[in-house]
Amino acid sequence: MSINRGRVRWQCRRALLELDLVFERFLERHFDRLSDDQIADLDDLLRCEDHDLWGMVNGSKACETDRWKEMIGLLRQP
Amino acid sequence: MNVAKRTFDAVIVGAGGAGLRAALQLSEAGLKTAVLTKVFPTRSHTVAAQGGVAASLGNTTEDNWHWHMYDTVKGSDWLGDQDAIEFMVKKANEVVVELEHYGMPFDRTDNGKIYQRPFGGHSMNYGQAPVMRSCAAADRTGHAMLHALYQRNVRANTQFFVEWNALDLIRNSEGDVLGVTAIEMETGEVSIFHAKATIFATGGAGRIYYSSTNAFINTGDGLGMAARAGIPLEDMEFWQFHPTGVAGAGVLITEGVRGEGGILRNSSGERFMERYAPNLKDLASRDVVSRSMVTEINEGRGCGPDKDHVLLDITHLAPENIMKRLPGIREISIQFAGIDPIKAPIPVVPTCHYQMGGIPTNYKGQVIVPKDGNPNTPVVGFYAAGECACASVHGANRLGTNSLLDLLVFGKSAGESVVEDFQSGNLSLKPLPADAADLSLARIARLENQKNGTDVHEVRLAMQRTMQKHAGVFRFNELLTEGVARILEVAEQSLHTEIGDKSKVWNTARTEALELDNLIEVAKATMISAEARKESRGAHVRDDAPDTAENPNGRDDKNWLKHTLWYRDGNRLDYKPVNLKPLSDDVEPIALAKRTY
Repeated sequence: MSINRGRVRWQCRRALLELDLVFERFLERHFDRLSDDQIADLDDLLRCEDHDLWGMVNGSKACETDRWKEMIGLLRQP
Repeated sequence: MNVAKRTFDAVIVGAGGAGLRAALQLSEAGLKTAVLTKVFPTRSHTVAAQGGVAASLGNTTEDNWHWHMYDTVKGSDWLGDQDAIEFMVKKANEVVVELEHYGMPFDRTDNGKIYQRPFGGHSMNYGQAPVMRSCAAADRTGHAMLHALYQRNVRANTQFFVEWNALDLIRNSEGDVLGVTAIEMETGEVSIFHAKATIFATGGAGRIYYSSTNAFINTGDGLGMAARAGIPLEDMEFWQFHPTGVAGAGVLITEGVRGEGGILRNSSGERFMERYAPNLKDLASRDVVSRSMVTEINEGRGCGPDKDHVLLDITHLAPENIMKRLPGIREISIQFAGIDPIKAPIPVVPTCHYQMGGIPTNYKGQVIVPKDGNPNTPVVGFYAAGECACASVHGANRLGTNSLLDLLVFGKSAGESVVEDFQSGNLSLKPLPADAADLSLARIARLENQKNGTDVHEVRLAMQRTMQKHAGVFRFNELLTEGVARILEVAEQSLHTEIGDKSKVWNTARTEALELDNLIEVAKATMISAEARKESRGAHVRDDAPDTAENPNGRDDKNWLKHTLWYRDGNRLDYKPVNLKPLSDDVEPIALAKRTY
């Protein structure tokens, strides 16, 4: 079953401004070009707690889940 | 049009700290409770609170609620209501210990008690010395609090409606509140939530400003709904600002950067704080630094193509020290300003952080409005708590760590009031008016059919820039007057927003347009209330109300010791007295005095 992209887009609304800003940039640059598999990876990543997610994006916390690494890389692009 | 209807004892809008604390009270009392939230509960902005929660437990240093009350009243610049403040500080220990029992992982002292840290503005013996009053869970207090409350609600069988966006308040011809309308994002369907009691816990509206530390969800939905339903908004001119947010982004640069030797510079590279605060310079208090920055920008010495920010320079510090002592700040600067602060200074601007005003309530969490000569008449069936409400405990400026305390105490108190009113038979399920959903359906239909309209992002940006320029941290009569005219123009544009995506399900463009409808109400309330208040008090500082012998700090108690009430209808302003009388005889009123630290 394919994932609704609108739902995933809404999951990018977070509790921390830092993440909102990172996702705003990411949605503009990358979101529409993501494959279904990438959307599934993103959907999985978005289930993380905000502080953990921000830690992975700002590099203070290692990303230990292989399927998240590509998305973290895209999110980290300044 | 046929609209689905759901019936509950109580409906709560918002699932941050205040909403979850209120929900717990209701669910544990056996009330059938629905909590509507546009994001998953643990993604509410309460997560961002770091400092801690104030309670005079006295675990490390001697402390008591009298001192906490004094600090809060003084912090509020005497605009806080002393009955609500007494209630809050007296309840603090109870709600913190309760949270501990819910499993909140507070930091501990060696002997196992809750560890407490010192915080700006917290004092012992009425301002004599610092006190350790803030209870924290490392730098994730809000996060830990939200998780503890959410788990407890799951246990109590609270029913959550996640990714439901509340649209409008439903009132009958007597003005009683009967619930809300809401749209389910997954289906795009509008429903009526019919209830005996409605609690708003929708958080603040910090996104009305261009530079804001608030997450994107902070769009003042409860304030917009209340205003559209004829409820006034109280003291909306009072917003707390932080001096150094990254320009254009809002992310906070901690005061620690100036502590480590960071220097503020204007467009000519001048260390301008030497002129404003020759002794403390860049380490002067927050409000002095913020005002100095705004003066530099207003007088044309700002930086960048629009001359709209100043620079925070740490390039003179040793790179190894920056890497060691300020690694998070370097990352933030690279991410959000595109600048490595080892090589170039960081663009910064005073940034909106917290909303002191809101939906008027009493200490019981009941929403109150002027009616039949009583300025504080409860609205039957309507309650509010947390940042969206104005109890008023923060008055003209909030004491640090009192925001988490506010949402615990008044979340619980609003919940208790509903339970009491429910059990005493004061609440009943009143018949819905025939037009209960009409306003919401009309708003959705307008978005559906709007042609040649305005762009949501452009209108929102125009609002944010107008608020930042005309009603920022330092205020000027002329700018405020112009600001009123300008924000009314922007409000007019917001009536004609058009969205490209007309899809029914998961339409985030529609959600953003609906959020803008709420933000713009808050923006109007703020600008109009600020223009009218001709004194300086707390966070509302006017250039034309300076510090004089007659009016210390520009505060004019003779004319302005009163709460503002803004009504959407005709942008009418009304005022009501500040309650200077505490709730009980346990304490004397805290007498008016100049606020100095």
